[in-house]
Order: sequence, then structure tokens, then C-alpha cells
Amino acid sequence: MELSTLAALNAERQARRAAVLVSDLAGGTQRLVKQVAIAADPLAELLERQLRSGKSGMVEADGTSYFLTVQAPHPRVVVTGAVHISQAMAPMARALDLDLVVIDPRTAFATPERFPEVTLLAEWPEEAIGRIGLDAYTAFVALTHDPKIDDPGLVAALRSDCFYVGALGSRKTHGRRLERLAEAGFDATTTDRIHAPIGLDIGAVSPAEIALAILAEIVQTLRGPRRKPA
Amino acid sequence: MISTETDILRAAEDWARGGRGVAIATVVETWGSAPRPVGSHLVIDGEGNFLGSVSGGCVEGAVVAEAADVIADGKARMLEFGVADETAWQVGLSCGGRIKVYVEKVN
Repeated sequence: MELSTLAALNAERQARRAAVLVSDLAGGTQRLVKQVAIAADPLAELLERQLRSGKSGMVEADGTSYFLTVQAPHPRVVVTGAVHISQAMAPMARALDLDLVVIDPRTAFATPERFPEVTLLAEWPEEAIGRIGLDAYTAFVALTHDPKIDDPGLVAALRSDCFYVGALGSRKTHGRRLERLAEAGFDATTTDRIHAPIGLDIGAVSPAEIALAILAEIVQTLRGPRRKPA
Repeated sequence: MISTETDILRAAEDWARGGRGVAIATVVETWGSAPRPVGSHLVIDGEGNFLGSVSGGCVEGAVVAEAADVIADGKARMLEFGVADETAWQVGLSCGGRIKVYVEKVN
């Protein structure tokens, strides 16, 4: 592989853009096809199918075998609330290779001391999300318990194609939240996307256990269950 | 701990920019219960340092040894490991799967 190709592949990943590396293993040639260029590529159909599957693999076209290295944007978790649960979530997300972004306009909560090595945005969700954007490779999690902060984040998430949307709170809290979102014009099909109560039901009690339950639910949504029921 | 594909390809770029000989090994096909999915990478430098995994530990040693030749002569190689392989008793996959690994130099 040419160093320039490797660098371009890394740059696309960094920028959260999909790309496919096409390698003719027998001929030894290689080219990188960026997302915007896929439609115009001679192998467009194969590349699109492989990208949709999210997996790398061998394909055949006109008697030539190609290995397609699929690079989809890196999964990311965007959280409103620089709270105890998101603090516990930070090292777990890192181990799971999930990028974590924490948004909280309350500067007493959003301090680098409480969130070392985390992308921390001490802003209102409208501003922060407007800038970073939410895409199909992003999970959104609302953790503040404060509608002033959580609701604008949820509104942005429901308008995006985030693969996961979750909100902390009791059934009663969530009921009131659903009323507010209905008033804001969201129908039930849309608000049904919100995982609430949030997280897999493992009986989580401590902030770390709740963080684990939420991240497990995010991974489950991302990957899908694999074992057949017994 | 560098454990992710993200960090591995980034490291390969950094190593190559730093003037080290670098090879990238990629799992291109699997049969049966292969331990690592197609597309998994192992990155190796000229001194045998490596990051990542193509088999969860079963055949890494053999891939690292082949990578030294790839770095030396610049020619890419396709390696195959599995129970049907005559060296299976040496570097086979205990799970009974088979994998094909493509090893190429970063130029």
C-alpha cells in the first residue's frame, strides 16, 4: 500500500466519512474510493452493497477478484450531561472504541478535571450539536434529568438518523417528556425511537452499572444480537 | 493499550512516516469459526514489533515472520492458515477454522 493511500484512508476516518479501499490482490494495484466518488465508480454497485453491509470482503467483477476494505465512520456516543454516569462511561467507551462527546452548558459540571481525555463541550446542545452534527453512526444519550438541556438534544437526535437515542428517567419522567415532544410536533413513531427506561435491564444501581447498561444497549443496537434463541 | 482498527492503521502511518519499514497484514477470507473477522489488521515493523490481531494469537508469530520478508523485498504475499494446512500442527488455528491473510508493504 502506498503511504499516501494509507494517509488518505486515515484522513477520511478522522473526518467521519465513509470510504472503500479497492485492492486487486493478484495484480497488486490499489485505489481509495471516497464516499462522494462511489456513485461514479465503475464498481459503484459492488462498492455500495459492501458499504451497506459495513464489512470488508472479496468480490468478483469481470473475472477479477478485488478485496474491498470498508471503512465506515467510527461509532460515536454524544451525551448531554457532564454527570456521574457519563464520568463512569468515559473509560468504558474508550475500551469499547466508541468516541465519547459530552455536552453540558453548566460549567461547574463540564470541567476537564472531571472529564480527562473526553471531548467536552461546555455549551447548550443546540449550539454544540449544530456544530458537530449527528449522523447514522452516532448514538445520542440524554442524562441530565433537566428538560432545558436534554430536550433540545433529543429534538436534534430525533430529527437526525442517529442509530440510537436514549434518555434517562423514570417512566413518569419519560411520560412527561413524551408530552413535551408531542407538543413540539413529534409523532409517536418518532418518539418510539427513544430507549426509555434507558439501558439493558441488568438491574443497574450505581452510576458505573448504569453506564454499563447504556453502553451494552448501544452495542446491541449497533451490532444486533447474534445467538439464536435456545 | 492499542486494541482498535482505528489506532492500528494510524500507527502504521506514523511508523512509516517515522522511517520504519512497515507491513500491513489483512484477513481477506475466512472459513469456519475464524477468530477474527475479514478486514482485521496486524501491523508489523522491520524489527518485528506488531499491533493488532489477525487470529487472536494463533498465527501472529508466522505472519510477523513472513512480514519481515515482505518488508525486505517489497513483494506482497498471500498466506493461508488452517487445519488443512500441512503446518497446522505448528501454527494452525485451534478452533478449526481457516483464514487467508494478505501481507503488503507500506511504500
